[in-house]
Amino acid sequence: MKELMSGNEAIARGAYEHGITFAAAYPGTPSTEILEAFSKYEGVYAEWAPNEKVALEVGIGAALGGARALVVMKQVGVNVAADPLFTLSYTGTEAGLVIVSADDPSLHSSQNEQDNRNYARAAKIPMLEPADSGEAKEFIKIAFRISEEFDTPVFLRTTTRVAHSKSIVHPEGPEIPEEKRGIRYNPSKYVMVPAMARQRRVVVQERMEKLAKFAETFPENRMEIHDTKRGIITAGMPYNYAKDVFPEFSYLKLGMVHPLPAGLIREFASKVEKVYVVEELDPFIEEQIRAMGIDVIGKDVLPYTGEFNPGIVKTAITGNEPAAVALPELSLPQRPPNLCPGCPHRGLFYVLGRLKNVFVTGDIGCYTLAFMKPLEGMGSTICMGAGVGMAHGMDKVVPGEEKVVGVIGDSTFIHSGITPLLNMAYNGSNSVIVICDNRTTAMTGMQENPATGLTLQGRETTSVDFVTLAKAIGIENVRVVDPFDIKETRSVIKEELSTEGPSLVVSRAPCALLAVKQKTPGKIPLKVNPDKCTGCRVCLGLGCPPISWRRFEDMDVEIEKKTKKQEGIAFIDSSLCNGCSLCQQLCTAGAIEEVTENE
Amino acid sequence: MSEPVKSVLLVGVGGQGTIMASDILSAVMIRAGFDVKKSEVHGMAQRGGCVSSHVRFGQKVYSPIVGKGDVSVLVSFEKLETLRYLEYLKADGKIIINNEEIYPPSVNLGEADYPDDAIDFIKKHFKDIKVVNATDIALRSGDKRMANTVILGVLSSYLDIEEEIWEDVLRESFPPKILEGNMNAFREGRGA
Repeated sequence: MKELMSGNEAIARGAYEHGITFAAAYPGTPSTEILEAFSKYEGVYAEWAPNEKVALEVGIGAALGGARALVVMKQVGVNVAADPLFTLSYTGTEAGLVIVSADDPSLHSSQNEQDNRNYARAAKIPMLEPADSGEAKEFIKIAFRISEEFDTPVFLRTTTRVAHSKSIVHPEGPEIPEEKRGIRYNPSKYVMVPAMARQRRVVVQERMEKLAKFAETFPENRMEIHDTKRGIITAGMPYNYAKDVFPEFSYLKLGMVHPLPAGLIREFASKVEKVYVVEELDPFIEEQIRAMGIDVIGKDVLPYTGEFNPGIVKTAITGNEPAAVALPELSLPQRPPNLCPGCPHRGLFYVLGRLKNVFVTGDIGCYTLAFMKPLEGMGSTICMGAGVGMAHGMDKVVPGEEKVVGVIGDSTFIHSGITPLLNMAYNGSNSVIVICDNRTTAMTGMQENPATGLTLQGRETTSVDFVTLAKAIGIENVRVVDPFDIKETRSVIKEELSTEGPSLVVSRAPCALLAVKQKTPGKIPLKVNPDKCTGCRVCLGLGCPPISWRRFEDMDVEIEKKTKKQEGIAFIDSSLCNGCSLCQQLCTAGAIEEVTENE
Repeated sequence: MSEPVKSVLLVGVGGQGTIMASDILSAVMIRAGFDVKKSEVHGMAQRGGCVSSHVRFGQKVYSPIVGKGDVSVLVSFEKLETLRYLEYLKADGKIIINNEEIYPPSVNLGEADYPDDAIDFIKKHFKDIKVVNATDIALRSGDKRMANTVILGVLSSYLDIEEEIWEDVLRESFPPKILEGNMNAFREGRGA
């Protein structure tokens, strides 16, 4: 049997085949589908945690309780989980514990391009890196074996291209692991007070030395000797890029990127005349090889930034530009992603983008797209939670007539927004925080979270009430608004900006896609009545996908001008319209009407 | 030397069924006995932005993507997107274009112009180009959303794979309600 699977699906499959029954994660591209796929297998437990730190701590607890645990996060998620991570390295685990770090070269869906191989080195944790789905399925099993053999957490690193590319895998049946669940006390190993941690630090050092020896004969650190003139040392997806364009070269393909097999590298370097290191992002392998006194070519020719492809590798090594047809430079209109028709963020950011003397500190979510024209409702985005923390910091320093609004999503607020909101109450802020509460974790594909009332595996559960929560931590001014009501949203935010003390506004309406998923009856789509439209273009300020501008000169039919200056009319593609009515609220000419049944 | 690996690059706008089409193409190639790799980027790109999907097949495929100047067939569901990805095509590569225009926000807002001579421009630089009114054909088959199946039909006539394999995969890909329409759309495309 063979099946085409993404790297993420293959990791889930491999974990299932290895008898893993416990997993925790916080969704984040390009890692999200691992837990979604894993959670559907028979007999497993999987949960969305509020953030990556909690997910890792949950995993540590499960492994300490004797169950193998899989913990999954995107690359920036490891930053959030870094606190338990570094000490987990000291304690080791009872049952196996593997952390998947999904890196994102080229920042397809991330705020930075960090190379998480550096975490393996810094936290002294071994790291495996598969090159495709077939390897992903096997490497997750090997990772668990290493974890148990060496009593260490293990990283499995993917990149977006491994996570989301599909290749052929051969599914097998699951193994039944030995039952080891139960309470065991071992304070000298798990209570990391300085006296005991000092002893464990020595154990970590010994473990890394053992792992370095293991790496020398680890079968997935593989030498392929062909042409002895030129050899490539590489790992993960770049191996495929290089093999594609230089099939005749010799290769040292590293399945384990930390610790490196120094002996094997020396042996390879002695067998080939010229050694290249082909790796995306940081010169992680290259610098360690150079430190061994071996001369290699790496970042001297290959890029430091962005993901590679076969053409980039070929051009870097041969110095020849690709044989593409020479085309004249075209200036094409960009097609950035946009908020969906009927998105609840649109009304809110239409209001925020038009407030005078107000800076909006943003956060991570679909709503980050609202920084673009025409909404222009956001001035900063750093990480999850920063929208709240920064609003308070900026509010403390800017002159009194200038105001700050911080925005954050519902899932993001739970992830990292509660502590900075508490800080605003404690340290007396005057800024306003808006939770864009669309009742789901929308950007990663509508995952459940502690505010949705459902778990990852569909069990009904508690749902946090943001209003009660805010009051409990000391925020007295709390308001709830419907972002589809532009007038109300504007007046509530303005009122709260002029109120003393910190305020929280919960802007609540479900994600347009969630409404479709839940089969909520749709609203009646809208259209523009060309005989009433004055061509004022106000509705275009919403940046709503179905609304476009039609110039009179491009039209076949004659339309009477309402003003001398009128150059065209707005047009709504009713087949895309969700009937949210924001444009209707803005239209002073009453030109936007519901589509009638026979249209 | 075995047959070189073939690379098809499918491009379009979020919501046009680009990924679905590449899923079907991949399934067909697996059934035809090839090694297959396929790649696209999820996440932010789902929100109405450009979508591109690489499908590569052959005896043994390493990379799931290719660089500039290496695509054998460029399949485009939208005219402007064809121009965006043209540099990925080999000099003797083939192009299939759906004759459809979807305006990006800057054009809708009147701040940028949609290129009006896309097809002429492409013809100046590449020989093997097929323009298909897939949306019209799809409408005749019952639903304009089947335009991607029409395009797959056109693509199938460029690739040396038995029609039966295509039809088997199509039958497994669509729910009964829309299967007949899609089969028609595919055959119309194959004959176009």
